[in-house]
Amino acid sequence: MVSPTPLQAFSGVQKAPTKTSKQTLVDGEKMTGAQALIRALEDLGVQDVFGIPGGAILPVYHQIHDDTKFRFVLMRHEQGAGHAAEGYAVATGRVGVCIVTSGPGATNMVTPIADANMDSVPLVVISGQVGIDSIGTDAFQEADTVGITYPVVKHSYLVTDAQDIPRVLAEAHYIARSGRPGPVVVDVSKTAQVGEMYYSWPQKMILPGYNPTTKPHGHVLREAAKLFEQSYRPVLYVGGGAMRSNAGAQVKELADLTDSPIVTTLPARGIVPDSDPKVLGMLGMHGTLAATAATQKCDLLVAIGARFDDRVTGKMDAFAPAARVIHIDIDPAEIGKRRQPDVPIVGDVAEVLDALNAEIKRGQAIRGATNLKPWWNLINSWREKYPMKYDEETPDGTLSPQWVVEELSRQAAPSTIWVSGVGQHQMWASQLIDFENPHSWISSGGLGTMGFGLPAAIGARVGSARDFGGKKPVWLIDGDGSFQMTSEELAAAFIDNAPVKIAILNNSVYGMVRQWQTLFYDKHYSQTSIQDGENTEDIVNVPDFVKLAEAYSCVGIRATTQDEAKAAIKRANEINDRPVLIDFRVYKDAMVWPMVAAGQSNDTVTYKPGVQPLLHNDTTDSGSDSGADEPQNDTDHAAVADGATAAEQSKE
Amino acid sequence: MAIYPASTPHSERHTLSVLVENRPGVLARIAGLFARRAFNINSLSVSPTERPDISRVTVTADVEQVPLEQIIKQLNKLLHVLKIVDLDNTDAVERELVLIKVAANETNRSDVLEIVRLFRVRVVDVHPESLTIEATGAEGKIDALLGLLHDYGIIELVRSGAVAVTRGPHALSEKVVGSEIRGR
Ligand SMILES: Cc1ncc(C[n+]2csc(CCOP(=O)(O)OP(=O)(O)O)c2C)c(N)n1
Repeated sequence: MVSPTPLQAFSGVQKAPTKTSKQTLVDGEKMTGAQALIRALEDLGVQDVFGIPGGAILPVYHQIHDDTKFRFVLMRHEQGAGHAAEGYAVATGRVGVCIVTSGPGATNMVTPIADANMDSVPLVVISGQVGIDSIGTDAFQEADTVGITYPVVKHSYLVTDAQDIPRVLAEAHYIARSGRPGPVVVDVSKTAQVGEMYYSWPQKMILPGYNPTTKPHGHVLREAAKLFEQSYRPVLYVGGGAMRSNAGAQVKELADLTDSPIVTTLPARGIVPDSDPKVLGMLGMHGTLAATAATQKCDLLVAIGARFDDRVTGKMDAFAPAARVIHIDIDPAEIGKRRQPDVPIVGDVAEVLDALNAEIKRGQAIRGATNLKPWWNLINSWREKYPMKYDEETPDGTLSPQWVVEELSRQAAPSTIWVSGVGQHQMWASQLIDFENPHSWISSGGLGTMGFGLPAAIGARVGSARDFGGKKPVWLIDGDGSFQMTSEELAAAFIDNAPVKIAILNNSVYGMVRQWQTLFYDKHYSQTSIQDGENTEDIVNVPDFVKLAEAYSCVGIRATTQDEAKAAIKRANEINDRPVLIDFRVYKDAMVWPMVAAGQSNDTVTYKPGVQPLLHNDTTDSGSDSGADEPQNDTDHAAVADGATAAEQSKE
Repeated sequence: MAIYPASTPHSERHTLSVLVENRPGVLARIAGLFARRAFNINSLSVSPTERPDISRVTVTADVEQVPLEQIIKQLNKLLHVLKIVDLDNTDAVERELVLIKVAANETNRSDVLEIVRLFRVRVVDVHPESLTIEATGAEGKIDALLGLLHDYGIIELVRSGAVAVTRGPHALSEKVVGSEIRGR
C-alpha cells in the first residue's frame, strides 16, 4: 500500500488508488453502492430510519422503495432526525439510524452526534459526500464531515469505494452498539454510491484495534465484595451506563443483597422502580436531599456505569469525602478519570453485577450480612424531613409547574415513556414523576441539548409503535424555550403518525437561566424573557402554541387553572390519532429546589431558601433536630448565592 | 485529580510508541486528542514500519503520570490505535536526526570541524560562510552538540523528532494479533 504523504494524511482521502480493493471479490450480486447501502441496512435488521434527502445522498434515497424493509421517517430538520434516532434508540435499546445529505445536512447533525456521544447512545449516521474528485476543492455542499465530527464520535468512516459499503456498515452498526455505545459516522462519497460492486452478506469485519472488555476479572470482584463486608454506609451511585447495559434487575439484586440505598444520575432515573424503598432518587445539583446527603456521608461509594459528572459531584474534592470507591464501567478510560477508585472493575455492568452478586452471596453464606439499621435510620430521617416539596399556590395565580408535572404523572398510564427538553421542567420531571420502568425516561443529560425533546419523543413513539404495538404512550414535558428550537417537527409528528403528547410548561422565560440570574446575577434578567406566555397590550402569545399546534393539524389546548389542566390532561390521554399539545401557563419565578450551586461542595445543598441541612450537620438519626426546618439565620439564603461565580462575587 | 493542562514545565519526559493502522486521517485523530487535553507535545514522528499496514507514531512529551494514563486510555479508545507503550528510557534505544546550519568562516571553521569530529557527526554541506552538520543520537548528545555550536551562531536548525525501539529481539507489532489489515 502506498503510504500517505503528510498532506494526504490530513486531507483524509487516499489519492492513490488502492490496489487491494479492486483485485478481490468477483462473487456476490452485482449492484451499485447505493443499492448495497440499503441492502446492508436491511440485512442488519434495521427497521426504522430517520432523515432528510439531498443531492449528495440522492443515489441512496433513489433506492428506497415501497418494498424496502425499513420504515423511513421524514423529519423536517437534520437535528430533529438525529434526536429522533436517539429517542428511538433509548426507548428500544436498538441502534438509531439516520441518512442525511452532505454539507449543511451533515453539519446539522453535529449536535445530535455530540449529544449521543455524551449519553452513550448507539447511533449510525450516514451522510452523503461529494464525489472523490471534488473532495477538498470546496465543492458545492462539501464539508469535511469526518473532520468536523472527530472529537464527538465513537468512530467515523469516509467511504470512497462502493465495494467497502456493506463491510463498513456492518462494522459501524457493531461499533455503535457494542462496548460503550456511541455514535458512528459513515460519510459516503457520491463516487461510492454510484460505483459498481459485488454484494455479499454476512461481512467479515476488520477491527483489529477494537476489543471491548465485557467480562470482569475475578480478583477485583473479591476485593469489591470485601469492601461491602467492611462498610456500614454503602451507596449505589447508578448512572446511564447501567441503563445502556439493561442492568436494572442486577442493580436491584445488589441493593437487596447488601441492603444498600440506590441513588441515580439523571439518565438512570427509573432503573429500579421509584416505588422501591431502596431508591432515594436523583443526586447532585438538583437531586433529592436524601440522595445527595447519603452520598456525602457514605463510607462506600459504588459507581455503576456513572462518570462523576460535575452536575453530580459538585466540587470534586469534597464529593463523598469519606468514601472508598468501587467503580464499574465498560469504558476503561472512565475509571480514574475524575476520582481514583479503590477497586476498579472494567466490564459490562450487567455481567459485572451478576458476578459480583454471586461473589457477595458466597461471602454472606459464611459471614452473614452486615446490619445497616443505623444507616437506614439516618437516611429515613432525611427522607421524612426533606421530601420533594413545592408550593402549589403561586403568587400570581398561575399554575405551579411542579404541580402540573405531578398531575401528569398521576394521570399517566404506568407504561408511559417520558421525554423532556432541557431546563427547569427537565429537573422537575426527573424529580416528580414516578418512574416505574427502565427505558421510560429520555432526556439529554451530558450535553443538555435544548430542542432535544420533541424529536426524541417522535423517535420514542416510532419505537413504541415498532416494539410495543404503540401501547406505550409518549409524553413530552418541554419548556417553552426548548420547544421552540425544534417545533417544526410537529409536522413530522403529525404526518408520520407519531401521536406524541406534549406538555409545555410555559413560564414565558428561559426558566433555568433566569433561576441562576435570580440567585447569582443580582436579578438582572438579561435576555431570558421570551414573552411567549404574555398577554400585554403589545405582545399576545408569540407564538400562540395552541394555534401553532393547530397549524400542524395537531390538537392544541391551553390550561391556566388546575381544573383546566386536569381536564386537558385527561383529554390528551384519550387522543391517540394525532399529537396533542397543552400550553400550561405556569409561574415564571418558580425555582428548582434542592440545589447545589455550581462548583460548590454538595455539603452546601440548599433544600429550600435558607435551609442547608448538611452544613448544619443534620446527620444524626435522632430526628430531634427540629430547628433544621427553619431558616437558621438571615444570611442563609445568601449562602446559596455565595456559590458559583465570579459575577456574583462582585455583588454588593 | 486530573491536572490540566497535562504538561507543566517540571513534568517528566515520556516517550510513547503508538502502533496504528496505516490509514488516512489517523494522525489527525491522534493529534486532536492530544490538543484537546492541552498535552504539549515535544516531538512527534510518524512513519511506516516493518509491516506495510501498520504505522508507528513516536511521541515525546513532558507530562505528569496521571494525565498521561488518561491520555493513553483515550488513545486506546481510537479504533485505529492497535498498541501503545510508554517506553522505558533505560530499556529502549532512542534517536533523533538533526540538521544544523552553523555560521562558520575561515577563521573558525577548523574549530567547528573539531567539534564535528569529536561528536562523530558529519558535515553535509560546506559554504564559505556556513557549515551544515548532520547529527543523529539520543537527546542528550544532540543537546550537548547544540550547546557547543551555539557560540558560533546557528543559522538554521531542524530536528526530526525522536524515534525509539525497545532493546532485544522483539517487535512491538508482535503484540498486534490478526493478519494484514486491508481495505476500506
Ligand atoms: C441549545 C442550547 N442553548 C442554550 C442552552 C442554555 N440553557 C439551559 S436551560 C435554558 C433555558 C431553558 O428554557 P425552557 O426550555 O423554557 O425551560 P425552563 O427552564 O423554563 O423550564 C437555556 C437557555 C442549552 N442548554 N442548550
